Amino acid sequence: MLHVVLIIFLISLFYLAIANRMSTYVNMLALQGILLFFVAFLELKHINTINLILILLETIIFKSVAVPVFLNYVLKRNHITREAEPYVPNFVSLIITTIIVVTTIILSNTMEEGKLDKMFFVVALSTLFTGLYFIASRRKIITHVMGYLIIENGVFVLSLAVGNEMPMLVNLGIMLDIFASVLILGVFLNKIGDVFKDIDVNQLTNLKDY
Amino acid sequence: MILIYLIGSILIGAGVFFNRGKKTNYSLVSLFLVLQVVFAVYACWHYNETASTYFTFDSLGIIMLLTATIISIPAAFHSYVYIEESEEATPESRAIYFGALILLITAVSAAYLANHIAVVWIFAEVTTLSASALIYHHRNKLALEGTWKYVFICAISITFVFIGILFLSLSFANAGSDDLAYKNLLAHSSLLNSSWLQLAFLFIFTGFTVKLGLFPMFTAGVDAKDKAPGPAAALLSSVIMCMGFVGIFRIYVVVANTPLLHWASLVVGIAAFISLFIAAVYMVKVKNIKRMMAYSSVEHMGIVMLGIAAGGIGYYAAILHIVLHAFVKSSLFFQYNQMYKVFKTKNIYQMGNYFKYNTTGSMVVLLAFISVTAMPPSGMFVSEFLVFRSMFEANQLILLIAVLLLLTFIIWAFAKNIFKILFIPVVDFDENKVAKVSPWRSTFQFIMLGGSAYLGLNPPAIFVDLINNSIMLLPH
Repeated sequence: MLHVVLIIFLISLFYLAIANRMSTYVNMLALQGILLFFVAFLELKHINTINLILILLETIIFKSVAVPVFLNYVLKRNHITREAEPYVPNFVSLIITTIIVVTTIILSNTMEEGKLDKMFFVVALSTLFTGLYFIASRRKIITHVMGYLIIENGVFVLSLAVGNEMPMLVNLGIMLDIFASVLILGVFLNKIGDVFKDIDVNQLTNLKDY
Repeated sequence: MILIYLIGSILIGAGVFFNRGKKTNYSLVSLFLVLQVVFAVYACWHYNETASTYFTFDSLGIIMLLTATIISIPAAFHSYVYIEESEEATPESRAIYFGALILLITAVSAAYLANHIAVVWIFAEVTTLSASALIYHHRNKLALEGTWKYVFICAISITFVFIGILFLSLSFANAGSDDLAYKNLLAHSSLLNSSWLQLAFLFIFTGFTVKLGLFPMFTAGVDAKDKAPGPAAALLSSVIMCMGFVGIFRIYVVVANTPLLHWASLVVGIAAFISLFIAAVYMVKVKNIKRMMAYSSVEHMGIVMLGIAAGGIGYYAAILHIVLHAFVKSSLFFQYNQMYKVFKTKNIYQMGNYFKYNTTGSMVVLLAFISVTAMPPSGMFVSEFLVFRSMFEANQLILLIAVLLLLTFIIWAFAKNIFKILFIPVVDFDENKVAKVSPWRSTFQFIMLGGSAYLGLNPPAIFVDLINNSIMLLPH
């Protein structure tokens, strides 16, 4: 069951790679939050109850409700067009995502067998690199932020893999999540929306040498 | 004591932030400086003791803490001058600026002393927050762009460090212990799983390079130093870089005690060489004086990490070099504000004949130039020479020649720009409008430049002992 959820998580990355509309990205982020809820619920069996409740609340309330609602609000308020406007065709994105996933599978086979379930490793690393790829290949600042949120989800998967032995690390991951998301989303995405009316990274190229 | 320090400075920072009266603000900032000095003295007094489980007053921590404390005093003074002279400063922006400054210095001090990798990581996050408030001080489009880039790249880097910590815990899984304190990692270094440790080191190294200003993530730091006010840029290029160094150095010590030493030094060496190359390329073309100084910092961090990669005497030289660099580069950034007051521009082409308008300040620039390019009477000459010696002893002749060639480019570019600013008059420059700068404003800069020469040429025995103790755990 755990593996099924993780594989659905991996499939959501492929879906993101070919997604065209901004709202699809937001919905997929919400879906990933729900999937993480199930992963945490199924994986963290040896953790104390209060901590588990905190983690579950974070995935449900923060990842799958608060962040998507806020992203929708930003999209509406700044009248951001509905297209994702990638630099590369979606087909190429799909191929690259596939290459990333295959590479991490190969990499996971070269790693020595440890206590880690390899499925976690593959899902986490491919999410990380796909998120980086989205940041590099999309034009809008808000898609960069979404790429960062995807990376965060990948890190969360990895922290769940070691969560039974070291619950402290999961809590740190949650702290990172909330801290960085609030800093990036709350303060700057809002601010950037006010100052740069149409938020496109091409407007962020003025800072250079004379 | 460390808890008192942390809580006290957070309270002072909050006090500055919420109470926007001018007198209250500055007296609170002075109070914080007193607290910082008292804390530094306390740390020296309790050398090698552990406080509150997660902090140890060890040699490296104390060296960096003293450096940060010494730099924080002129930083506060120059910030005061900067804010008071600035026309656009409001009580609100002043309160935010000084609140962030206090938070930044507190966070780096705590990060230096932390003995647990997760604690270093937490305080690295806090420095991102406070540094972004400093960079966004001017509230204009370009400052926002710089801040956005800094925050975004720092956020990604912090995530990288976190992934590294997760891999480290996986590599540690067989040791039968789940405590990620550096001491515990070192004690169990033979049990660490090497393939996981490799991944962990790669991620942690990449993550901390954003603070150190080394190759993969250096861009954010350069933009940030360009847009931040001068005194804040001085902190970004001194104490924050030291923090990145501490983050990398402590994990490097762990890796160096495993069979991965050679591999890790290769990784560090490659990143360092590429940083030097990038710095050389940009320095030749650069026209913005603040960016020039920022790229010079990238170059010096490259030299520091080359020392770490070469090993032997290079470890000693690296720590000496980063301390001296912190003093010299921050005094250069403090001087920048005086230059800006005279010329009202950052463009090197529109700056010139500084010797005529501000003789004292131009002496600072000249002395700092001698230090930054590591010419013989300066302290940095000693540390740079030791780095080169360590590379020679490690039989890295080809690399050494390439590095020296790149340094020649950098020195040429630096000298060309600095002498242009100092001596060559600018066409169409209206001399009547030049603002007078009080010579006393350069006092701290002279003290710091003199101190760096003293520490380099004739280091006190206690300083040498501290450095030797901090590199004791590295294999020689």
